Amino acid sequence: MEPYPSGLNTTLTASIPLSIEFKDVRLGFSEGEILRGVTFSAQERETVILLGETGTGKTLLLKLAAGLLRPDSGSIRVLDKDISSLSESELLDARRQIGFVFQEGALFDSLTVGENVAYRLHEDGVDEDEIKPRVEEVLRFVELAHTTDSLPSELSGGMRRRVSIARALIGRPPIVLYDSPTAGLDPLTSQTIISLILRLRDVYGVTALLATHRLQDGFALANFHFDPQAKKVRRDSSPESSRVAPTRFLVLRAGKIYFEGSPDELMKSQDPYLQRFLI
Amino acid sequence: MADTPLQAAPQDARAPEVPSVAEVLQDLAKTSVLKVQNYSKLSLQSITNLATGPRYVQDTLDQMDDIGVGSLPIVLLSGFFIGAVMVLQTGTQFERFGQASLTGDIVSLALVRELGPSITGLLVAGRCSSGIASELGSMLVTEQVDAMRAMGTDPSRKLVTPRVLATLITLPLLTTISVFVGLIGGMVASVLSLRINATTFWERAIKILEFSDIMQGFSKTVIFAFILATVGCYQGLNVRGGTQGVGRATTQAVVVSSVLIIVSDTFLTKLALYLADKFF
Repeated sequence: MEPYPSGLNTTLTASIPLSIEFKDVRLGFSEGEILRGVTFSAQERETVILLGETGTGKTLLLKLAAGLLRPDSGSIRVLDKDISSLSESELLDARRQIGFVFQEGALFDSLTVGENVAYRLHEDGVDEDEIKPRVEEVLRFVELAHTTDSLPSELSGGMRRRVSIARALIGRPPIVLYDSPTAGLDPLTSQTIISLILRLRDVYGVTALLATHRLQDGFALANFHFDPQAKKVRRDSSPESSRVAPTRFLVLRAGKIYFEGSPDELMKSQDPYLQRFLI
Repeated sequence: MADTPLQAAPQDARAPEVPSVAEVLQDLAKTSVLKVQNYSKLSLQSITNLATGPRYVQDTLDQMDDIGVGSLPIVLLSGFFIGAVMVLQTGTQFERFGQASLTGDIVSLALVRELGPSITGLLVAGRCSSGIASELGSMLVTEQVDAMRAMGTDPSRKLVTPRVLATLITLPLLTTISVFVGLIGGMVASVLSLRINATTFWERAIKILEFSDIMQGFSKTVIFAFILATVGCYQGLNVRGGTQGVGRATTQAVVVSSVLIIVSDTFLTKLALYLADKFF
């Protein structure tokens, strides 16, 4: 067995409140235990990149954070609520604080783009007069204002992901969970999605968990920022420790956190397993 | 354990354990009990959801349109010909005893008590139970159900209750129409084939019916509606194995709901006859 990398660092700045906190979370299915005691946390406005091979439990962690699955043991706190002990009806309320971007978008295929985006507002009983401008606003944000009346089947894969981001954004949630948002997309479309996530982070200040197996997505989030004045994505030249929206990597392996640290620590790691991600 | 396939396997390496017959039966029993438990829970929830909000009125109306109006052509067509074939089958027997005028009585009773509810139930099960299972199953495998939950919506309220309620409302109406059209079919057949006067047929068909007959038919349709809607929803929301699983769930929804309709029909008939004897 390869030794744990020296960059493993689970300490966080105590002064910043925690948005998400996993403590010794275990989850298994009939095939066996998938998560074997996962402990980590995400501070407010922080972006945590969940990195790992396929089948290591990245999506499961996101679904646990959204309360879509219950852990076999351990506790999960989201915005100071222990969601692992909430009933299903209490969870429905808790989930309104979380935006979830599914891997394939998971758009309602019988509804138009506008109806998909407005779904949550309709559920909340928001006035029709208020819904329309808000839908237009978020669709403009993802640069898809012209697709309001289109059906999801008429959109490309990248456009569907952007609509999914718009749908997650409409409720103005403080936390957004991204499940492999760039999986299966070409490099240019992936870049568009990442710059959208950057804008969402730097304009709205959301806390994010992003599951991916593409290291470049993580580094793009760590090294770039969106400049609202210039309306451009720029390289961040300030030191990592002083950034308003820090980015941290978690590497999952065999159902456990194998590495936790900053992009710099990951880059400098000599661990053979982590090196495989860096090549 | 061997590091490479070329290294010799240790002496104590054993083949994977084969479960005994008792273990297989035990697992099967456990799985079956779990399925019945989950189905009962979903069915109960579909009704208890009506007591509290949010209520999806528009979704219920949409489903009523899909299930009720959508099933109307097949119900009309089959109802007409079932009534006609009943007359042809029974009329020839009654003619042998010179009692052809009794055809209206027997066709009316058979359609109201038995054939109307069960044939309509089976037809709608074939069309809608499968449709519900495939729709919900597709939503499940494309994570739309999870997306719904992630946005704070309870799928049992949004997806199950409107479908169950819509079927509960529309199936009795469809059955009523089917019986009426069946009687028209019977009347046409009796006029053309048995030379029975249309007024005589109609008068006898109406006169023979009692309140208990109508109640028997109506109560059956309500139970059948509940079965076909809940089985469709349960199969759809428990799809395993992607698109192939959706196909399996669709088939199972039709098979299970049809079998349950036929089995429950036997018990409901017995119960209805007992109650009619006791109270009417």
